[in-house]
Amino acid sequence: MKEMICICCPMGCRLTVDDSDINNVKVSGNTCPRGEKYGKEEVVCPKRMVTSVVRVRGGNVAMLSVKTKEAIEKSKIFDALATLKGVVVDAPVNIGDTVVSDVLGTGVDFIATKNVAAK
Amino acid sequence: MSVKNLIIIGGGPAGLAAAKSAYDAGERDILILEREDKLGGILNQCIHNGFGLHTFKEELTGPEYAARYVDEVLKRGIEYKLGTTVLSIDKNRRVTCANEKDGLLVYDAKAIILACGCRERPRGAINIAGCRAAGIFSAGTAQKLINIDGYMPGKEVVILGSGDIGLIMARRMTFQGAKVKAVVELMPYSSGLNRNIVQCLKDFDIPLLFSHTVVEIKGKGRVSSVVIAEVDKNLNPIKGTEQEIKCDTLLLSVGLLPENELSKMADVKLSPVTGGAVVDDDMMTETDGIFACGNVLHVHDLVDFVSEESEWAGARAAAYIKGEKTGGECVGIEATDGVRYVVPQFAHREGEGTLKLKMRVGNVFRNVRLCVNCDGEDVYSKKCMIVTPGEMETITLNEKQTRALKNCKKAVVCLKAVEK
Amino acid sequence: MKKVLIIGAGVVGCSVARELSRYDVQITVVEKANDVACGTSKANSGVVHGGFDAKPHSYKAWFNVRGNEMFDKLSKELDFPFKRNGAYVLCFDESKWGDLKKLYDQGVENGVKGIKVVTGDEVRQREPYVSQEVKGALWCPSSGIVSPYEMTIAYAENAADNGVEFIFEKTVVSLKRNGSKMTAVFEDGDEIIADAIVNCAGLHSDELNNTVSDKKYNIVPRKGEYMLLDKTAGYLTSTTLFQLPTAMGKGILVVPSVHGNILLGPTAVDIEDKECKDTTYDGLAEAFDKARITMPSLTKKQVITQFTGLRAHADAGDFVVGWAGEEFPLYNLIGIESPGLTAAPALAVQAAEDVADYLALGFNDKFDPIRKGIPCFATMTEKERAEIIKKNPLYGRIVCRCEVVTEGEIVDSINRPVGAKDLDGVKRRTRAGMGRCQSGFCSERVMEIIARERGIDMTEVTKSGKGSEILVGRVE
Repeated sequence: MKEMICICCPMGCRLTVDDSDINNVKVSGNTCPRGEKYGKEEVVCPKRMVTSVVRVRGGNVAMLSVKTKEAIEKSKIFDALATLKGVVVDAPVNIGDTVVSDVLGTGVDFIATKNVAAK
Repeated sequence: MSVKNLIIIGGGPAGLAAAKSAYDAGERDILILEREDKLGGILNQCIHNGFGLHTFKEELTGPEYAARYVDEVLKRGIEYKLGTTVLSIDKNRRVTCANEKDGLLVYDAKAIILACGCRERPRGAINIAGCRAAGIFSAGTAQKLINIDGYMPGKEVVILGSGDIGLIMARRMTFQGAKVKAVVELMPYSSGLNRNIVQCLKDFDIPLLFSHTVVEIKGKGRVSSVVIAEVDKNLNPIKGTEQEIKCDTLLLSVGLLPENELSKMADVKLSPVTGGAVVDDDMMTETDGIFACGNVLHVHDLVDFVSEESEWAGARAAAYIKGEKTGGECVGIEATDGVRYVVPQFAHREGEGTLKLKMRVGNVFRNVRLCVNCDGEDVYSKKCMIVTPGEMETITLNEKQTRALKNCKKAVVCLKAVEK
Repeated sequence: MKKVLIIGAGVVGCSVARELSRYDVQITVVEKANDVACGTSKANSGVVHGGFDAKPHSYKAWFNVRGNEMFDKLSKELDFPFKRNGAYVLCFDESKWGDLKKLYDQGVENGVKGIKVVTGDEVRQREPYVSQEVKGALWCPSSGIVSPYEMTIAYAENAADNGVEFIFEKTVVSLKRNGSKMTAVFEDGDEIIADAIVNCAGLHSDELNNTVSDKKYNIVPRKGEYMLLDKTAGYLTSTTLFQLPTAMGKGILVVPSVHGNILLGPTAVDIEDKECKDTTYDGLAEAFDKARITMPSLTKKQVITQFTGLRAHADAGDFVVGWAGEEFPLYNLIGIESPGLTAAPALAVQAAEDVADYLALGFNDKFDPIRKGIPCFATMTEKERAEIIKKNPLYGRIVCRCEVVTEGEIVDSINRPVGAKDLDGVKRRTRAGMGRCQSGFCSERVMEIIARERGIDMTEVTKSGKGSEILVGRVE
């Protein structure tokens, strides 16, 4: 049994999710179907987008913002962030450029979210 | 002194969207004045995702969202000046600004769009007692230091205020190795989005304390701890509930204030509730030819709505310059019964089309109807399971409803209980 | 050349340094903080008192009235903001009429010019926001306002221009007699020998004297809490508004600052810790509530910051001015609490003359009394603004938007003699960060400028000296 707040709308329904049978997860406390879907996802495989920054060399700014191209498993957030440690990217950089590829074997890349021109 | 048709003050999301739509409405003599060295405004430091779902039907980070609008402005070849601070404007629309390269510049504009955003409420404004040590930052300043400059403002953090910037910064600092010990919220509810409470606090087991505040900041040189206490119904700290939390940093996320210092110079009438200008349905202030949009007008919850509002303002400013100004008298739109404010505050009786009203409520209400009432009759009514002060509500009146509003003596936006 | 050591770089130490630099003597000022005006001189009401409040024939009365008279010329010579805005002492109760009359008589006896008793309506005619409860007042046209830290900085810069050496972040812990000379012993074990020492150590001036003199003093730090209102509240009053004094001091003031803000305070509580600069919940509430007696329409909405100042209150109640003893050259300026800021210019002249007399000093014929402040962009005309940007493009870059402070001014504040070293130093010299956003927007830019101009890393930039580093590291 897990307790959680639904994030689909400002209602913030308090969900109770019965995950004793992972193939048949039961959600209660939701007001709408979106809550049920959310509750299931959160216990089966919660995923998050991860955003952070890395240093950039030779650019007109010091830092380059990055994101995971898709959401990755929540449990891998900190390991994923660790792959950015010490990474320095050379300017110019364009939005969408790969900064770290295939993060932790997830198949998801960290990509640039900012255009940085060379100095 | 030079002459410009349209001067847009601010190159953030509001200014960029206004410029784009003014151009598309046929205006070519546009100048954007931006004080930072980059277009995009505060979005450049909002590196998290969650922007653009309404505008682009996809989830973008702040810099990506900004880049889309910057591209639109560049594509149209709209003129802009960076590193340029507007020093004054007056009611005759004379704009004085300065930068390093051009020195002092003076323009006479046919129209001005105020798109200068908002600023964070500082510590002094909330009267927290204690020391004046280093280690006290507004959440936005901390965000800039980390995401733009690449420096860490602290290691052990307490955050006062659970607005979205505070929540986002709790996660951001956690990502960079800091320990966020608590988020303290004066009110019994958060003004931030549920999504941020879950994904920025709960995901990392960061406690969120409602009905609490910081009563004292301790430390010599650098902050060493803060004392928090529970507050009563009148928001006064309750003696005996104090607890001390060791930390080296206090982040403040205690509200945003529209930045209307320039508006005041031009005698633009401001609303004491929004802190922004009073505008009509053309987004024009009561000072002829001066328009306002985005967070300088009222603080928005989502940037998507800033863009939308600003595109409208840009189009209307372009029409005004062409002489297609909506004339005649206006009907006032009041906010009552739980609705704290509504923008625009006035609508012209003339003209056809739809009308968008934006508003915020003053408290958390469940099972209510959000109504637009004209001379005692609800011309619009929307059932809401919940409305919260943190979320801006938008009502779009169709042509018929708009006509009813334009023709009435008294228009009111209010909350009503749902009849059982 | 003879050598004089001045301990303390508050308004007293810096003014003594400047007046003494008129003479042919080697002068060093030592200060435990990293800047001038870091103690009482930075956190007070900024009032240039008329002089009716001090007991007749006291040092306070004498130096107050003399000091007050010097401000017009001095503020021009040293280019610091000063305004004779006049002051009212408000009487709320007809039964206290006698006290007001006593104050008037005292003022006349002290030589204060132009004072008179007026009715409540006369007060409200000039200051319409003053309470209807005010029955009458003492009017003192010679009362003024000054920026106390800018005045101190001006004195220090002029002193430095005239050859005075400043040493910061060095604490004197004791004094020793050394034949006909004096030795100052520092915390780190260093010593400085001087032909005379001038004790301007403010809250700690008693301790220094007591390490070497037979006559002992005791200073009690008297804490005062203030609230500062935004310039948008500036319309509330243009004159200084006192309430009838109490045993603990001049009561809560509502006073404009020279920059157009409004200041409420101070409270008056005797404490023990001479370093305690904390504000308290109760203290701030008291300052505000009592200020509302003067002006009932005050709201907290316009408050932009709060601060605490400590006054060096000597047990005896009067200033201690003069040689500590006949057999050793220690010149004391102890217990320089209110009206110390007003008195400082006159005290400095007195101290300088006494020291010069004692050491038989000749004049410094290179002495230049003129100091020019940092050109202030915010108060310039359009033409002046255009010209200064042309001369120095950094003046075209506005860093602090609330107070309209340019990069040019910030760079100047760091690089001039006795320049700013940290955020607070820049703030006191340029007002960057003093406005309604309280440095939310500009602190990060100012830090970059400090780091660049001083050749230090961003992580080394402090708010106000060692231990107040603003950043804890780099994002890696």
